[in-house]
Amino acid sequence: MTRRPWWKEGLALFICLIHVLPFYILLTTSFKAADDFSSKWVAPGYLYLDNFINAWQEAHLDRAITNNIIVTVSAGVLLVVIGSIASYPLARVRTRLNKAVYGIFVSAMIVPPLTILVPLYRFMVDIGGMNRLWGIILLHVTFALPMTIFLYTGFIRSIPYELEEAALIDGAGRFKLFYRILLPLLKPITATVVIVTCVNIWNDYQFSVFFLQRSEVHTITIALSGFFSQYNNYIGWVAAGSLLGAIPITLVYLLLQRYFIQGLASGAVKG
Amino acid sequence: MSQINLRKTASSSPVSYLRKALNSPSVLNVLYVPALVLFVLFILYPFLRGIQYSFTNWDGYSQTYKWIGMQNYSRMLTDPDVSRVIRNTLIYGLGSALFQNIIGLAYALFLNQNIRLKALTRTIIYLPAIISPLIMGYIWYFFFQYNGGAINDIVLLFSDEPVNLLGQPGVNVWIITMVNTYQFLGVAMVILLAGLQVIPKEYYEAATIDGANATARFRHVTWPLLAPAITVSVVLNVIGGLKLFDVVSALTNSGPGYASASLSTLMYLLYFGRQDAGYAATIGNLMFVIISVVSFTILYYLRRKEEAVL
Repeated sequence: MTRRPWWKEGLALFICLIHVLPFYILLTTSFKAADDFSSKWVAPGYLYLDNFINAWQEAHLDRAITNNIIVTVSAGVLLVVIGSIASYPLARVRTRLNKAVYGIFVSAMIVPPLTILVPLYRFMVDIGGMNRLWGIILLHVTFALPMTIFLYTGFIRSIPYELEEAALIDGAGRFKLFYRILLPLLKPITATVVIVTCVNIWNDYQFSVFFLQRSEVHTITIALSGFFSQYNNYIGWVAAGSLLGAIPITLVYLLLQRYFIQGLASGAVKG
Repeated sequence: MSQINLRKTASSSPVSYLRKALNSPSVLNVLYVPALVLFVLFILYPFLRGIQYSFTNWDGYSQTYKWIGMQNYSRMLTDPDVSRVIRNTLIYGLGSALFQNIIGLAYALFLNQNIRLKALTRTIIYLPAIISPLIMGYIWYFFFQYNGGAINDIVLLFSDEPVNLLGQPGVNVWIITMVNTYQFLGVAMVILLAGLQVIPKEYYEAATIDGANATARFRHVTWPLLAPAITVSVVLNVIGGLKLFDVVSALTNSGPGYASASLSTLMYLLYFGRQDAGYAATIGNLMFVIISVVSFTILYYLRRKEEAVL
């Protein structure tokens, strides 16, 4: 057992304190009454929940959270299905055509979709996808597909081909190979894919702000930004709204943090 | 071998031809058709239309527009707002990536030791990265706001005048860079920590036996073996910073004027604020070129460095 120097523990604690500071200010601000003008550094010595009640009602957070769940879950399921099946031929049938298709998908990873905003907006209007959850779901799926295909293809290539070869000799069809042999092996990489892509989809603001303008389809970030510009002076409400908006994903993170950190690290190191 | 050989076989009748085709591995290609359809509809087609719009004076909603040749491009080259916004965008991209990786590396080296609070510290440093950048912008707004902001509470202890940090061009760009750094330095830390953990302990032992001190061990063992992880982390952070949108909207809404705008927010304001869709599409194309060139250059440069250092 090596000795643990106390100053290292002290330094770690200090780093933690610096990093939670913004959350501390968020807490004091959101629990403070509207007529309490004390400094944000001072915690209120009373319990006051009106900010949360007002934020929840005025920003319609119940509806926004529901929409967020619908969008993220649907996009996640579609991504896993479309991404995993697309990766199978790209990993296994390495013809010149497929190498080119793979190259196109992966290079789309670097280019931010925001650069095509203007024509994309027009296209969404034309196909009737504006202010529709299915519209934003399809967009999220498309923009997360390059990363998904990249992760799945890399993973499938690392699986030995012998298993499938044996099944092929036993007379299994090529499609059967995929869902009988390969699919069960894809669980760990699927966890990575879901975490890497769904956090971004859940938190999205830059697309939703364009394509979800009507209030019935607002997601959390859009509801909050509308709320923020409307109630700019009610800083306690805004703080409470921000806190409420951040809680769902923070809870998921704290419960599954091992997967989050592993998923990110394995996703990135393979890049 | 994980590769399938494609053998060309002669086919005599249509039936046997069909059977051959269904037996060939390429029949699996049908599996990527859904992905390809989405890609063509939502990325390729808009991308090509974007190039077309950049040569027009389209206002974003009318059915008609005029072909105006290179006017949007010559306007872009002489627009003082655009050169300022390009500079801001490069600060957001390169500045955040620099700070994130320096601090992230320091944290990774520190946490790669036997520390009791390691798990807690890692969890806390990484936490901001999973929260929406928009909400993170609001959280920092409570620090920097003019009236009653947490920083001005401290400033007022020493002076009579609060400082308007977010309203000062030049200053606010660095504040936004700082907020983006704070939010995503956990990503750099986690990637570099993973990179450190795969370096075999034996290398350090061998170096110690050869008489290398801590500095020499870092210089000759850690640094070269960490290089691939640094490349990934830098490139990811540069791309993230170059497309910054949410934090800018939340903290300054690109203001005052376009003083803190990034290319993304400028494009948004031109399109929805001024109905200048043709010009906004041109800015989008510029952003596409800048991000591709910067990321590929950095990737290429760092990969070369990796090879040199190994």
